[in-house]
Amino acid sequence: MSQTLDTPQTPEAPKTPKAARAARAARAARTPKAPAQAQEPLDAAALAALHGLSVSNARPSLPQYVRQLWARRHFITAFATAKLTAQYSQAKLGQLWQVMTPLLNAAVYYLIFGLLLGTSRGIEDFVPFLVTGVFVFTFTQSSVMAGTRAISGNLGLVRALHFPRASLPIALCLQQLQQLLFSMAALAVILFCFGVPPTWSWFLVVPALALQFAFNTGLALVMARLGSKTPDLSQLMPFVMRTWMYASGVMFSIKQVLPEQGVPQFAKVLLAGNPAAVYIDLVRYALIDSFDAGQLPYGIGAMWALALGWAVVLGVGGFSYFWKAEETYGRG
Amino acid sequence: MADTLIRTAPEAGAAGSDPRTPTVIADGVDIVYRVNGTGAGRGSATAALNRIVRRTKHAERGVRTVHAVRNVSFTAYKGEAIGLIGTNGSGKSTLLRAVAGLLPTENGRIYTHGRPSLLGVNAALMSDLTGERNVTLGGLAMGMSREQVRERYDGIVEFSGINEKGDFITLPMRTYSSGMAARLRFSIAAAKDHDVLLIDEALATGDRTFQKRSEARIRELRATAGTVFLVSHNNKSIRDTCDRVLWLERGELRLDGPTAEVLKEYEKFTGAGK
Repeated sequence: MSQTLDTPQTPEAPKTPKAARAARAARAARTPKAPAQAQEPLDAAALAALHGLSVSNARPSLPQYVRQLWARRHFITAFATAKLTAQYSQAKLGQLWQVMTPLLNAAVYYLIFGLLLGTSRGIEDFVPFLVTGVFVFTFTQSSVMAGTRAISGNLGLVRALHFPRASLPIALCLQQLQQLLFSMAALAVILFCFGVPPTWSWFLVVPALALQFAFNTGLALVMARLGSKTPDLSQLMPFVMRTWMYASGVMFSIKQVLPEQGVPQFAKVLLAGNPAAVYIDLVRYALIDSFDAGQLPYGIGAMWALALGWAVVLGVGGFSYFWKAEETYGRG
Repeated sequence: MADTLIRTAPEAGAAGSDPRTPTVIADGVDIVYRVNGTGAGRGSATAALNRIVRRTKHAERGVRTVHAVRNVSFTAYKGEAIGLIGTNGSGKSTLLRAVAGLLPTENGRIYTHGRPSLLGVNAALMSDLTGERNVTLGGLAMGMSREQVRERYDGIVEFSGINEKGDFITLPMRTYSSGMAARLRFSIAAAKDHDVLLIDEALATGDRTFQKRSEARIRELRATAGTVFLVSHNNKSIRDTCDRVLWLERGELRLDGPTAEVLKEYEKFTGAGK
């Protein structure tokens, strides 16, 4: 029964008239790529079509992909929680670092910018101002960094099991969101200690951070696709992110630092309208009393519109950009 | 063109009238690797710079192509366990990865039923998480519901035998030996009924007891109408689990047939090579 395949073997093909019809249909559906390849590929394609087989690395349609992703929602949340708890499992202080890391970060910036460089001039409640900025920016920063490594750092998982790959960057952003909740609790304590009274406007933080989450996820999806092709990006990204941080008014007020004259309009728009600055300003506006509408670069309505715009553009755009390369992740 | 098909179809139909359902069809598959930076070492900074600067002029400079799989065609059916044999570097793993959709084919196409799952030797799932978490996450990633994962959790852990020598399932997976990790990975993947399961020497690091147990599981998977591909250098393991064997040599399909016959030829071949 065993055959030596020195001569090309003709593959099995359907015999019945019904099968022949299916074969014709399948042939018609086939792309006209290399029709001169003799009858062999056509037979295989027909047989595949007859039994509902698909090309092994085909990409699902966008609605299908969204459905698959929704079916994996438990995986996404479980993955995020697992990563969060595993993050500091090697440290002696364990989960305490969830709160310590952002606080230490803020302390460093306070030392350099608040005390040494004195960028705090003209800013009331500088500590809450700074800490809010640091926490909100860290959310975007760590989401982008995690996104860059989402595919390249989980190749084993990607290669072994089949699931929509977007689950990974989304789960990692969700992990950052959970991390942010710890930071926000710490922030509430700091605000209280520095005499910022709690008000109803604090609840505006929720929509602001929700929009920022959508923006972060979109950006992380873009970075995940880029990072899966170019591993060098994870070396480069810390510098890009640091530049972005200094340009986003984390430790100073963009509006006060920018001189009235001598700065081209596009630079002002670029600085004040950049998504990180918008989200930071919105959270500050919601939390800190002394940070009123006068401190915002644009009107409050325009700020929310910007925040929504960035979230939709990046969220939708990033998702479809990631989806377009779905079949290629894990290759190489 | 249309006439050719209709004329040839009945001729080739000897096996076409087969009531078995195909799950994987490989159709004249060629796979070519392109390897970067073979001319000048990739690690050296000047070499990397050189590559970037001269990219436009010498696009193919330092890029070597390796023709790993040549014109391989086969059809696998439901309920079959197919062994892939061949000496090292003959293209077995490459072929499996292409079936899994992880490698693009240069020519030809591979059609599969559902999405095949590939179990390889170096596929650590999530090494910083505990075995416990890996079981849960692996199950969820394969599309099980939380309830299903809970139901099957004990079964998976018991099957893997990770806890036979103490409470190791609560340790991070990076602390596992390669054999233990391979056992857990296989147990997770085998907990679900796959349409097509590709096993790339993943069982080689397990001990004899585990190999026996996993071979039994492979037979079960076949019974539930799945197709299993097994790459192994252990002829006994192939003989125990597979009813059909593909022998690849230098990327070409040398023999395709029942296990006993192909293995006999293969053993003659490797024996003569000594």
